[in-house]
Amino acid sequence: MEAFIDDWGLTAALFLPLVGAVIMMFVRKEDEAAHKQIALLTSVAVLAALVAVAAVFNYNDAGRLQSVIDKEWIPVIDSRYHIGVDGISLPLLLLTGLIVPLVIIYSWNHFPEPRNPKAFLILILILQTGMVGTFVAQDLILFFVFFEVVLLPMYFMIGVWGGENRMYAAIKFFLFTAFGSAFMLVAFLALYFLSSDPVTGAHTFQIPDLPDAATGLASGTAWLIFGGMFLGFGIKVPMFPFHTWLPDAHTQAPTQGSVILAAVMLKLGTYGFMRIPIPILPDAARDWAPIIAVLAVIGIIYGALGCLAQTDMKRLIAFSSVAHMGYTMLGISTLTSFGFNAALMGMVAHGLITGMLFFVAGSIKERFHTLEIKRLGGLLLQAPRLGWILAFCSMASLGLPGLAGFWGEFPAILAAYQPAEGLPVELFRVCMVVAAIGTVFAAGYLLWLLQRTAFGTPKEEWEGHHFHDVETPEWLAWTPLIIGIVALGIYPNFVFDITDGGVQSVLTAFSGG
Amino acid sequence: MSSLLQHVWILPALMGLSFLTILFFGKKLPYKGAEIGIFSVGVCLLLALGSGVAWIDRSNNPPEEHGATATAEHAGEEGAAEEEHAEEEGAATDEEGAAGEEGEHAAEEGGEEEHAVPPVLTEKTWFSSGGVDFTVGTFVDGLSVMMLIVVSIISLLVHIYSTDYVGGDRRYTHYFAFLSLFTASMLMLVMSRSTVQFITAWELVGLCSFALIGHWWEEKPNSDAALKAFLTNRVGDVGLLVGMIILFFAAGSFDIPAINEAAATGEIRHFLLLVASCCLLAAVMSKSGQFVLHTWLPDAMAGPTPVSALIHAATMVVAGIFMVARFYGVFWEGFSIGTAHVNPLAVVGAVTLLFGGLLAFVQSDIKKVLAYSTVSQLGYMAMALGVGAWTAAVFHLFTHAFFKAGLFLGSGSVAHSVHSFDMKQDMGGMKRFMPKTFATFVVCSVALAGVPPLAGFWSKDEILAGASGSGGLSGYPVMLWMGIVGGGLTAAYMTRCIYLTFFGEPRGKAADPHHAPHESGPRIVVPLYILAGLAIVAGFANFPFGPESIKLRFEHYVEPVAGYFPEISHPTFTLWIAVASTGLALVPIGLAYLYYWQGRFHGLTERVGLARAGHTLLVNKYYLDHLYTGVIANGTKGPVARATYWFNQNVLDGIVNGTATVAVAVANWTYRYIDQGVVDGTINGSGAASNGIGQALRQFQTGRVQQYGALLFGGAVVLAGIFVFAI
Amino acid sequence: MLLNQFLLLAAVLFSIGVYGVLARRNGVLVLMSIELILNAVNINLVAFGAYHGTVSGQVFALFVIAVAAAEVGVGLAIVLLLYRNRQSIAVDEVSSMKG
Repeated sequence: MEAFIDDWGLTAALFLPLVGAVIMMFVRKEDEAAHKQIALLTSVAVLAALVAVAAVFNYNDAGRLQSVIDKEWIPVIDSRYHIGVDGISLPLLLLTGLIVPLVIIYSWNHFPEPRNPKAFLILILILQTGMVGTFVAQDLILFFVFFEVVLLPMYFMIGVWGGENRMYAAIKFFLFTAFGSAFMLVAFLALYFLSSDPVTGAHTFQIPDLPDAATGLASGTAWLIFGGMFLGFGIKVPMFPFHTWLPDAHTQAPTQGSVILAAVMLKLGTYGFMRIPIPILPDAARDWAPIIAVLAVIGIIYGALGCLAQTDMKRLIAFSSVAHMGYTMLGISTLTSFGFNAALMGMVAHGLITGMLFFVAGSIKERFHTLEIKRLGGLLLQAPRLGWILAFCSMASLGLPGLAGFWGEFPAILAAYQPAEGLPVELFRVCMVVAAIGTVFAAGYLLWLLQRTAFGTPKEEWEGHHFHDVETPEWLAWTPLIIGIVALGIYPNFVFDITDGGVQSVLTAFSGG
Repeated sequence: MSSLLQHVWILPALMGLSFLTILFFGKKLPYKGAEIGIFSVGVCLLLALGSGVAWIDRSNNPPEEHGATATAEHAGEEGAAEEEHAEEEGAATDEEGAAGEEGEHAAEEGGEEEHAVPPVLTEKTWFSSGGVDFTVGTFVDGLSVMMLIVVSIISLLVHIYSTDYVGGDRRYTHYFAFLSLFTASMLMLVMSRSTVQFITAWELVGLCSFALIGHWWEEKPNSDAALKAFLTNRVGDVGLLVGMIILFFAAGSFDIPAINEAAATGEIRHFLLLVASCCLLAAVMSKSGQFVLHTWLPDAMAGPTPVSALIHAATMVVAGIFMVARFYGVFWEGFSIGTAHVNPLAVVGAVTLLFGGLLAFVQSDIKKVLAYSTVSQLGYMAMALGVGAWTAAVFHLFTHAFFKAGLFLGSGSVAHSVHSFDMKQDMGGMKRFMPKTFATFVVCSVALAGVPPLAGFWSKDEILAGASGSGGLSGYPVMLWMGIVGGGLTAAYMTRCIYLTFFGEPRGKAADPHHAPHESGPRIVVPLYILAGLAIVAGFANFPFGPESIKLRFEHYVEPVAGYFPEISHPTFTLWIAVASTGLALVPIGLAYLYYWQGRFHGLTERVGLARAGHTLLVNKYYLDHLYTGVIANGTKGPVARATYWFNQNVLDGIVNGTATVAVAVANWTYRYIDQGVVDGTINGSGAASNGIGQALRQFQTGRVQQYGALLFGGAVVLAGIFVFAI
Repeated sequence: MLLNQFLLLAAVLFSIGVYGVLARRNGVLVLMSIELILNAVNINLVAFGAYHGTVSGQVFALFVIAVAAAEVGVGLAIVLLLYRNRQSIAVDEVSSMKG
């Protein structure tokens, strides 16, 4: 049984959504119940497959790739179907596996206009294949394919089911990301052609082989290659100043789209950094790390200021993502295993918390038909449970110890005090202080949001309206996230245990780790 | 018994369980969850007293060196069984604690002081990341045990009091849930072993403070106050985070005793310690309401009064003081407390002490008087720590908790009756209606003013002795005088407060014939009696005279004697300071008495006339009245206090509010111009450019085949020309 | 070998063809002009082949003739459809591809 899971678990998780999507294509459009059931079943099956993989995963050896499948794929270009999972990708895979079924449950009776559950759910499933694929791919071309597969369904989700300004947001999202991907592809190809295996002299796309193969690169070339990947991943994260697609995309996307975008898709970028350029090009990484750190810290403050200026709740949450991903990138830029762990924790925590916040925002929008902060107020009186959940998520998001968010922020700040050897310590310490100040801003905008939406008394325009409190599908979709936030907050080892080994092996090139 | 010291984690665990139970099942219970809270705190109090007895036992018979670091790790399963076991024991030790005090200590005499009493430490790895173990554990020494007892006592009394005070509130259950959570966090804070655990608890008490200040969040001022409290504390938390990170890297550990030991033995560079101390000082300033970051504390009075008593007088606000006491090795070395004659901590404390005291004069809201008084007393404690009088500071923390909680609860009792906190508008003459409240309030006030032999006198006197440099401490003369003046201010404003509340004729709502004020019920009065009683006797815990068995017991048991604690000197009882501080407590009371009582009846000119007639030698009214009313009182009440208050409200608060306004303005500007303009503009610009180029090229696309052909041939001709002639 | 005369003839034919393609409105005539262009090319191919004494020129010419036949077939079909739909074979009226 274990061998079977080891061989087939990942592949099943990867392609089951596609199978589900194909089945759904043959079901009549009007048969909505069937579509929902198939989609839910598929995503739960994927989750089960991922949990099975996690169950056979050897946690004492998390640094090694496990459940590896390495088969010939496109021999002409040396690309292989090479997938596997280690300590870095496992938590993110599980996060993906968890979020998608929850989104489908939430969709049960919350389909955005113009409805069409068939197309909507098929897109979500395709999206899932792309996300899972990105996290398991160990071949640059395979990685790139999955990385791009994610784009299209999201483009349609925003463009078809989005808000008033959806076309603009969708095209901006697509072009921006595709722009970065182009540079990334060039960087991948350059890496392929310029590197060669020290023993056989062959070119390779295999991520595990590349660190050895790339040792011979000239430092200038390596710097440029890193730069190309930096653009590709940095836009996806998004890092300041490449973040402007994010608020538009988030604001216009349907709730489900925002949740997936925030919870999983942003992590493709940070994960990419940890998986590809940093282990493969350690020297270039040292050159780039200060730049990344500074941009990350600017992003923290800048995102927070952006939040303070918002009048729309969803846009505010979107800007808060910029700030939170700043902490993650700060952790990554230290190039220490401590910082990487912090970043991974931050990624998972942000996925749970911000996903939750977008869910809540979506539910508020559905009830009030507006997210204009000025018009809201007294949510705790109108829908007390929803209000308490909002308060809970805000507290988690501002990094209250005991909830998940803190363990992404605090260790990242801690790591910045002592980055890996060879990095400018003074600069990182300044970044540390600035990042710490960022926590004040985070508290500021989230509490201000809470005060203006949840506290106080309802505005006059809602007099006589009755708002239903949290409904069953919402409870079903939210409870696992809330439990996750609390559980990770109380016992962060759920994540650190898994990631630690993986991070150590990725960072072998940095003695300071 | 000693196993209890290793299992003190049961206390916060119990309160945490109580929080969850109340939160999820509270509304279904007959007393809406209050009974769970009271029961749990009661058990906690018994356990805390039990651990107190255990600790006394341990310091009398310190374990031998080899058993010193008893870091036995006990598995979690034992918890349940252990808890019940400990409960019975705790109950039994109640009397034992009282009886044993004399008997046991008489046995051991002298020489005991030098013996190191190792703290009881337990440790578990919470999680590890990147080769760093984050540990949690308990760190029990005299200080923690003392804090456990204080927190449990006050929390229990506040729980009982609250059942009446907030009875019928629509969020009654939530209220008790948060009280439980707060108690749990506070208990965890005082027994934290690792800095990470400390930060966690520190933030959690902040959260509870936020939730309870904003308990009536329907009104905007309340939620504003809650926000202000949280944000101001966050500012300090930046210091806390940075400071703790520096300490972690400097000492290579999250372990508080290890950090202190590393600091005390000089393993850490002095500069690092100085930076860390300054960072931590920021946290102290925000949490303990020290000058410049204190403005949230008076605003926090928007919360229910029992909450003010528990959180904003007795426990949470002293967390900052507790932190300094806990990390005394760091501060001692960082600020060179032992050798310097001035340092930031002492200065901040002394300034806060005067500043807070002056502000208390111009308040008409009874809770605000008490709030500023709290600020001022916290300043005393900070100053005491700054001048090296560790025990005095902690002792003042101990006594202050009782009488200040008593004062707050007393003010709540009055307000509960007249439905207002405004002394000038709605009170007066309450003595008639509420004799019990009046009696306890006066006792607590006198204790606060520092009149012997009540609690405040002993602790305050010790602080002043410490500042004077007696007992081998380095002297801090400026702090000494500021402390003495501050003591005088305390006495005067408390007298004013009592006069306005309890004497004179009823005014406003107090005079409402339909709702005549009445004495509060037993659930309010009994806690008041208990606190007043403690305010009387608590001072004797560190009585400076007498045989060994009574003398300086507090110092003996609470002050750590171990490697992690710097070797500090102890102030000795100095007669002139005691007289001066007593005088400066009594004279202002007398002056205030003359001003308010007499002045009320005779008016200014008449009093001047009486003075001319010459009444008694001591009460040289004209001269003293003039001096007091004209120079001191009017001076302080009028320009100085008003100026300070103006400074407070406009400059400091202005800075606080201004910072927010500026931040929002900057944010708006950045968003509008930089983000939407420049950054986004670049992106949209590139889109527009490609669109424009496309539009231009579109002109060529006529759809007519022949035109395409012509272009094709034309192009071919041009290329041919280039090939033929150019190449 | 009078290569020049052949090239001259081809050039004339090509020019007539180009003129026809660009200037005539009648679709059939445009097709015929294209044939002229192709035949001009064929003449060149055959002439150069003979000049160099190889057969490859003639082979290419054969290919061109075959392609030209196919092209005319498709072209006439298009013109026929055009006529059926628009009752006209004037090519300048067909500009629905305008951008």
